[in-house]
Amino acid sequence: MQISVTVNGTTHESDVEPRTLLVHYVRENLGLTGTNIGCDTSSCGACTLHLDGEAVKSCTVLAVQADGQRVDTIESLAIDGVLHPMQQAFMENHGLQCGYCTPGMVMASIGLLNENPNPTEQQVRLGLEGNLCRCTGYHNIVKSVLACAKGAHS
Amino acid sequence: MIPAAFDYKRAGSAEEAISLVGEYGEDAKFLAGGHSLLPLMKLRLAQPAVLIDIGRLSDLSYIRDAGDHIAIGALTRHMDIEQSPLLGQHVPLLAHAASHVGDPQVRHRGTIGGSIAHADPASDLPATTLALGATYIVQGPTGTREIPAAEFYLGFLESALAADEIVTEIRVPKMNGAGWNFQKFNRRAQDWAIVGVAAWRRGNESGIGLVNMGSTPILAVSVSAAIASGAAIDDAAKLAATDAEPQADLNASIEYRTHLAQVLVRRALTAAS
Repeated sequence: MQISVTVNGTTHESDVEPRTLLVHYVRENLGLTGTNIGCDTSSCGACTLHLDGEAVKSCTVLAVQADGQRVDTIESLAIDGVLHPMQQAFMENHGLQCGYCTPGMVMASIGLLNENPNPTEQQVRLGLEGNLCRCTGYHNIVKSVLACAKGAHS
Repeated sequence: MIPAAFDYKRAGSAEEAISLVGEYGEDAKFLAGGHSLLPLMKLRLAQPAVLIDIGRLSDLSYIRDAGDHIAIGALTRHMDIEQSPLLGQHVPLLAHAASHVGDPQVRHRGTIGGSIAHADPASDLPATTLALGATYIVQGPTGTREIPAAEFYLGFLESALAADEIVTEIRVPKMNGAGWNFQKFNRRAQDWAIVGVAAWRRGNESGIGLVNMGSTPILAVSVSAAIASGAAIDDAAKLAATDAEPQADLNASIEYRTHLAQVLVRRALTAAS
């Protein structure tokens, strides 16, 4: 099926099988491998990207469902080598260990701050309930998000 | 994991969706937010030959004040229910229960109509709308009909919805200041409830829905009858599993589920009273 999806600002016209998952579309058709596949069962959040500005799990969305819509992946964040404030906050606060969950964590965290720019620690923990870090590095992930939120407000 | 191959049709209206399903018959499934159906398809537990995408019927996404009840379009997403000021004011139990569905990413996609049509006894919103005495409006080839939530759930993932019908609206009576509480017991934040309880109470009146306590969402009518006859909460809560048929799984034995239901109903009623 013919679809048209605007990914990271570029509109792509693609012919995909209806059963193609959005995560496979961005990784394999478009070569954007920053979005990871973790559990593949909509539990872990590693595949989180933004669909029309909202965080979704791209292993549980069909590419055809994104037809005509906007998709933003982790690759859209850094501009000319300058990290997005959330990426910078993760770097400064050691918000990653092995790094596998990080693209999903960063995209979910940006989605969280878009909806609630000044969250409490509890709200950050609840807001990231859909993202698992198997290094169990949650403490510094939460710290990173809070630091980013604070930065945006200072 | 990739679903088995299927044909994809996008419906432009509820009528078109119903006509398409008439064309393709029982091999077709409706796709709303996809957060119940797609995981089943990826596991090959469901292999529809045709998916009819109703996810873009934006005229079925709304939350309206309809006098004595709030009318919710079937394609309203969990996140919109959670954040609705209208529901927060008139049906806070439903808005709160919606905030416990999955996680934010899931709530951005999943819809209340999809959750109800899927009829999963472990889902939060079927039991919650059952407790609230909701009515579901469904549309088929010959028109619309109303199905009370109490008559909708027939078995595991089985409902009174015919294969060529879609849920279009959920009508939830206003709670008019009734006390309420939602209890969800699980091991990981985003999981389905091992046991959940959605409860409201106004004096001797109450409604108590049980999540994951049988093959359908369960209305704990014995508890409500005890409350109506003036029983103390501790005594009424002991009847929590009377109307249920809990099953054992990896997470819990029948005895454990029964115990959980009693404890959670007691907590919910105490908080709602």
